[in-house]
Amino acid sequence: MSSFKELSKGIFKENPTFVLVLGMCPTLAVTSSLQNAIGMGLAATFVLAFSNILISLLKDLIPSKIRIPGYIVVIASFVSIIDMAMAAYLPDLHKSLGIFIPLIVVNCIILGRAEAFACKNGVFASLMDGVGMGLGFTLSLSVVAIIREILGTGKIWEIAILPQAYINEPMLVAILAPGAFITLGLLMALINIIKDKNKAVKE
Amino acid sequence: MEYIAKILIMAVSSIFINNFVLSRFLGLCPYLGVSKKLDSAFGMGMAVIFVMAIASAFTWLINAYLLIPTGLEYLQTIAFILTIAALVQFVEMFIQKSAPALYKSLGVYLPLITTNCAVLGVAVININDHLNFLDSILNGFFGGVGFTLVLLMMAGIRERLEKAEVPKSMQGMPIALIIAGCMALAFLGFAGLKLG
Repeated sequence: MSSFKELSKGIFKENPTFVLVLGMCPTLAVTSSLQNAIGMGLAATFVLAFSNILISLLKDLIPSKIRIPGYIVVIASFVSIIDMAMAAYLPDLHKSLGIFIPLIVVNCIILGRAEAFACKNGVFASLMDGVGMGLGFTLSLSVVAIIREILGTGKIWEIAILPQAYINEPMLVAILAPGAFITLGLLMALINIIKDKNKAVKE
Repeated sequence: MEYIAKILIMAVSSIFINNFVLSRFLGLCPYLGVSKKLDSAFGMGMAVIFVMAIASAFTWLINAYLLIPTGLEYLQTIAFILTIAALVQFVEMFIQKSAPALYKSLGVYLPLITTNCAVLGVAVININDHLNFLDSILNGFFGGVGFTLVLLMMAGIRERLEKAEVPKSMQGMPIALIIAGCMALAFLGFAGLKLG
């Protein structure tokens, strides 16, 4: 029961993107299509899960003064693994995510979880926390990507959703840079409204 | 003369056309986090310009003279992040000893820069684009200038925004993102610029 709680908190209550506002760069950069968003989300989930496991195992061995460089080395190793694996097996995805795969290293979600959770908790709880945070990240990337891809191309995952007339002349700005900022801004405002409503109901 | 023209083209393209924040989406955390006050935005911007330029130089040297000869290019990510972390630490200590006045204004921002993805980003971009040593440094420097420019603009807008009446659900992050979107829209206009 408690390990389920570790898993689910990352998805909703402590969602890394919308609630903790961490890892903004990939959230905005790779959400121009759902495929990229899911690819990025799963790559980050992999790194989060394994770095959480390893850091939780090493927590008594790493002196606290040099723990941050230690964490970064652990994270960078897993990022290199996923980088090479994607280049070998998913070359198209690897190409479209480009520079943002090595940049998973400086994604504050991963270092943040190492510092806030994995270095204080057991291996299994850390794994659950990592997977939950990763899935929460993937989910929020997907939500942003779905909105942007439908508005920007009229399609989702290559499948036409909106009428052909729209696909011929879509709202291109949604998949360009400004669309990323504005979509995320509006989504966050929406979440604020929902939160306030919930609070009002509880009171 | 030709070289000056080349530098100018590079400056315009990294500051406006391929702006690190608004079109490459790098360095967003400090862009949204340190843009509440003009003073601190200026300090952060200067620190980023400095670190991006020297990080470009060092990572280029590490890649060309350490990783490529030994065939360890696959360790690029690890090597670069460690170089940047060590460099930032070293710069911090050096400035503290040699220029205490400068340290006072930049010091607090330096540790934050290690996890600024613009710094690691520019290092990786330099290698991916096969830039030479001098161009890498210029790319880092002008990338930092572009970052500082939009950071200062953002801070100026947000300082005024404090007096504006923003709907409750839009306060804070949402309105900052919408403003960033409007700025990105304006910068999109530079994309049509033909250079050289």
